[in-house]
Amino acid sequence: MPYLGDEHTVRELRRALSNPNVQADHLRYRNTIHRVIRVMSQGQDVSGLYSEMVKACATVDIVQKKLVYVFLCSYASLNPELSLLVINTLRKDCSDHNPMVRSLALRNMCNLRLPGLSQYVQQPLTVGLKDKAACVRRVAVLGWAKIHSLQPNTEMGRYTHIIHSLQPNTEMDVAVVNELYGLLRDPDPVVMVNCLRALEEILQEEGGVAINKPIAHHLLNRLKLCDVWGQSEVLAVLQRYRPRGEDELFDILSLLDPALLSHHAPVMAATLRLFLSLCSTLPAVCMSALERARGPLLAAAGSTSRELRYAALCHIQLLLRSEPGLLGEHYKRFFCGYAEPPYIKQNKMQVLVELVNDDNVAMVLDELRGYCTDVNTETSQTAINAIGSIGRSYTDRCLAILTGLLGLKQEHITSAVLQTLRDLVWVCPQCGDAVCSALEGWEDNLQDSQGRGALLWLLGVYGDRVTGAPYLLEDCIDGVRSEVSAEVKTELLTATLRLFLSRPAETQDMMGRLLVYCIEEEVDMCVRDQALLYYRLLHCGIEEVRQVLQGGRRSDPSLGPLIGRPPEPISQWASIFNTLEPLTLGASTVGNSDPVTPKLSTLTPNTLTSNAEAMTPTPGDPHLPDCSSGALSLSVSPALTPEEFERLWLQLEKGACLEVCVACPVPRCSPEGLQVALQLVNIQTLAFTPPNTHPWRVYLYTHTSHISTKTPHTLILAELLHTGGEGEKEEEEEGEEEGEREEEGEKEGEGEKEGEKEEEEEGEGEKEGEEEGDKEGEEEGDGEREKEKGLLVVMRQHPGDQTALRGFLSVLTTVLHTLSTHTACTYTA
Amino acid sequence: MISQVFILSSKGDHLIYKDFRGEAGKDAVNKFYEMVTALTGGQPPVVMKHKELHFVHIRQGGLYWVATTKADASPFTIIEFLNRLTALVKDYCGCLSEKSVQMNFALIYELLDEVVDFGYIQTTSTDILKNFIQTEAVSSKPFSLFDLSNVGLFGADTQQNKVAPSAAATRPIVSSQGEQGGKNEIFVDVIERMSVVIGANGVLMKADIEGEIRVKCYMPSCSEMRIGLNEEFSIGKSQLSGYGAAVRVDECSFHQAVRLDEFDTYRILKVCPSQGEQTVMQYQLCDDLPTAPPFRLFPSIERDSGGRYRTLFIHVPLSLRQSLFSYSAAINVSITIPVPKGSLRLSQELSSPDQSAELQPKNKAVHWEIPRFPGGAQLSALFKLEVSGLSAASLQEVGPVSLNFELPKYTSTGLQIRFLRLSPIQPGPSQRWVRYVTHSDSYTIRI
Repeated sequence: MPYLGDEHTVRELRRALSNPNVQADHLRYRNTIHRVIRVMSQGQDVSGLYSEMVKACATVDIVQKKLVYVFLCSYASLNPELSLLVINTLRKDCSDHNPMVRSLALRNMCNLRLPGLSQYVQQPLTVGLKDKAACVRRVAVLGWAKIHSLQPNTEMGRYTHIIHSLQPNTEMDVAVVNELYGLLRDPDPVVMVNCLRALEEILQEEGGVAINKPIAHHLLNRLKLCDVWGQSEVLAVLQRYRPRGEDELFDILSLLDPALLSHHAPVMAATLRLFLSLCSTLPAVCMSALERARGPLLAAAGSTSRELRYAALCHIQLLLRSEPGLLGEHYKRFFCGYAEPPYIKQNKMQVLVELVNDDNVAMVLDELRGYCTDVNTETSQTAINAIGSIGRSYTDRCLAILTGLLGLKQEHITSAVLQTLRDLVWVCPQCGDAVCSALEGWEDNLQDSQGRGALLWLLGVYGDRVTGAPYLLEDCIDGVRSEVSAEVKTELLTATLRLFLSRPAETQDMMGRLLVYCIEEEVDMCVRDQALLYYRLLHCGIEEVRQVLQGGRRSDPSLGPLIGRPPEPISQWASIFNTLEPLTLGASTVGNSDPVTPKLSTLTPNTLTSNAEAMTPTPGDPHLPDCSSGALSLSVSPALTPEEFERLWLQLEKGACLEVCVACPVPRCSPEGLQVALQLVNIQTLAFTPPNTHPWRVYLYTHTSHISTKTPHTLILAELLHTGGEGEKEEEEEGEEEGEREEEGEKEGEGEKEGEKEEEEEGEGEKEGEEEGDKEGEEEGDGEREKEKGLLVVMRQHPGDQTALRGFLSVLTTVLHTLSTHTACTYTA
Repeated sequence: MISQVFILSSKGDHLIYKDFRGEAGKDAVNKFYEMVTALTGGQPPVVMKHKELHFVHIRQGGLYWVATTKADASPFTIIEFLNRLTALVKDYCGCLSEKSVQMNFALIYELLDEVVDFGYIQTTSTDILKNFIQTEAVSSKPFSLFDLSNVGLFGADTQQNKVAPSAAATRPIVSSQGEQGGKNEIFVDVIERMSVVIGANGVLMKADIEGEIRVKCYMPSCSEMRIGLNEEFSIGKSQLSGYGAAVRVDECSFHQAVRLDEFDTYRILKVCPSQGEQTVMQYQLCDDLPTAPPFRLFPSIERDSGGRYRTLFIHVPLSLRQSLFSYSAAINVSITIPVPKGSLRLSQELSSPDQSAELQPKNKAVHWEIPRFPGGAQLSALFKLEVSGLSAASLQEVGPVSLNFELPKYTSTGLQIRFLRLSPIQPGPSQRWVRYVTHSDSYTIRI
């Protein structure tokens, strides 16, 4: 009767509870109490009935007792005085002959959560630890943990040392802790596990319960007796144990091996985690553990419970980060069921993308093709994106599907396909022809701003090959007044300018109109500034425009992106295995189209410390820096995809940027060798030019963070550039040029222009470098010595942090030095 | 460890709320409901975070079962715990629904109290719990015509009485008095879930079966039960046993209480079932079905461009394999055919009046329901769709047809239970039921 209001209900219930006739009738009394609890769980405040309920507590009827306790524990904190009355009844019950009554009383005594009552509770708890009924001991053990959590912080205790009432508590703790350690040998397995749990809480500040060899072996031997919940908890505690030698380690592993195949997902996951932490130094053992656990993990991924399925899928994604081949032949298990909720479908698709290989690509694409027309728009977009990512390795098949999808003429599909094509073209420039033919005769009118942005970008870049491009742009320009999105407007500006370069006659007029509108009428500052920038750029002459707009934007065709990510070491994710993090991580990546920024915040202290460990110098590299790396740690996760990198790189031109010339030769090892060496210090290489080409360049990135201070994590992108023999001189000259141009830039008062200029220079430098390289190729012999010089490092950072940048640089140079000395040694030897 | 457990109805009503550690306030419940209702379709809702509190929830019986935790707990443990909790509630209250939870809230509080203490899971075994749980379940029995159909004329036994009524297994495990209380029943169910993908050319592209043997026991004390499986049952690929109808599965796992000392030689599982429901064995079979998939479907699509609206003819002949199903029938068959976006009207020709078909514009699909599909039968349907803006590309949207069905008395792996023996022999009258059923997890046929 919620509409009758709280007060009315409470009054009515009070009358019923205090009615002697009701109290005399056992069943009616119980029913009234029933009603009270019902009202309470519906969320109404019935705390006014506390005193009546205290009276109802003194009864022999266990069902009634339990109900009353539920009530009392919920409202005790509001009525501490009245609760004193309950304590008496409870203490009496604690000496009842029925163990059930005893455990019930003991449990609820602690559940009242009143610090003032703890002195009354301690005595029954001490007795309870020695009770002959296991159920009472279970409760008593956890009771101590409850009492401990009620105590004010021990740190507080240290400051207010004068308060004597706290003293006995801490002394008591010592006695209790010893008692609890003793109870680890209790015959009842639940008591044993509860002891572990209680000790973990009480000794939290000392790092939890101490696991020495006898305790660890005792726990391992008793593991079979526990139920699944106990087992997973014991396994989690055992992670802190470090076996003395290999023999002991392998004894433990063979004891735990059957649990890896447990059909209870919690036990399997806890065992696998324990394996990974015990064998962190033995990658081969970790691998075979992963292979053993593959079956149960797959079973969990196909379980009836959707939630369990989701959890398993998220963890499978973790595994695939290190071992992409692990599930290759089981790809069919990740086909989506038609009635599955979207979040599982999307997750399965992400797994499928990782599992693609030559044998199954046709099947997988066929399956993904079916999901593209899913009713749920997000699912269909994920499917299209998935096809796009497979397209990096299997371009032709994917392009056929994607262009076919355009024929459906459905808003959300078209928009997603365009965005995917844009990303794909960026990485694989060779598919430009197919995209152009798809754009030929385009007549759709897109509503979605992201899709429109992608279309404009494609029209700008391939305007010379799409016959209808000017007409499409003209439509947009005519409708620019009603355009809401600023991104689309900036995209439109750039596209128009690009098209102007390739087809000036058709575009000139409308470009003029667009510039006039954007400069005169536009309210958005970014759009207006960009229009002004382009306007002034046009004044500088057509060649300038061409260099700015076409110089740096196209990917360098000689840069082949490394297909797929290199497998991460297991230690990267072992610490978050079987925690909630992989599940929330999945949540943040699914919703966001740009996964870089949100992922940065999900770095945990755990991963950082593990990286710090990885940073400690390995015996092979004696030159690793000692000064800066102590406070700085690098990490390669979260990983960047090549096009994310490229976008960030262009975006950060205007931000923190540092160019340093390092007096260090080009390492003469193979690109793979360099990649491995840099990975040792957690720097990820993304793309290389082939060795012995000029200019030789490498792109790399890493995430930095300080362990001690609270400076935020930053992302550093870097380019190593070797422009050939006379690189250094070239560099100086360019520097001068740059200075001059900057002055010009300042005259015009445009910040952005500098950025564009820089890029242009890069383009120039590249060109010169190439010529240089060609010359070099002819006179290979005497260039040998000069090659040893000059390696330009261009770093871009987000957000800016100079110290981190310097630290990164010192790590990088040390690695490069080490590499060149190593190779030099091998050459001489 | 778990901070709070609460159960919410789909409308957000608080049904059960229990705070184990006093770490988080009661407003967490409302916060959770806000977050869950604010979700857009695609986001994974299993784990959510608000400040320091993680919400882990599952949906069962139309209810939200939520656990909150502050420490970084194992997701598998919490999800499995919530699943187990729903199973316990189902065992004790008979069925899972908002009504049964509401009526039995005292029982559920009592259960929670015994199962979790201070956020730590103590025990979830019904054998131990039955000593502690005192409250009796209030069972809500929905009125069902099916019950009436079981009553024979003048109380005579009907043919159907030999079959366990479907409602028999949905009653509380503990009921000292009451109409069915005295019955010592045990149900052994072999449940298989099929997921099949058939390519456009009729080739089987994927066929997975996940199966389990589930025991639901209503006997207060049952010392040992022996379940005999087919003798030719084999696990793994290597043990191919020549010709004959070998029953093979790829992987197989057992409940930890199952003793397997006679399994290798006689294929006998020994269990001491505790009261309530438990899964004794799980198995999987991938890609290598012993028999062809049960349903065949060869849809054909024609386009007719006459008239004001373009019309699409979809002809769907559907057949259920004869050989195995002559004595049985598929029930609750429903077929979903995705149709182009601009579909306006549907007219249909179905072969019998108990079938129905409708166009669901929201899901862009035609939904065809067949309540009963006799074995060996061949049904067909002709759908005539009026589609606005029909083009050649629209045909691509008529995408994979999916089937939902239930095949009682049938297992696709061929797993059978030879016998079921209880020892010692039960004193009173005891009834043992063995039931087989194959569900479609996902059965899709590409066009």
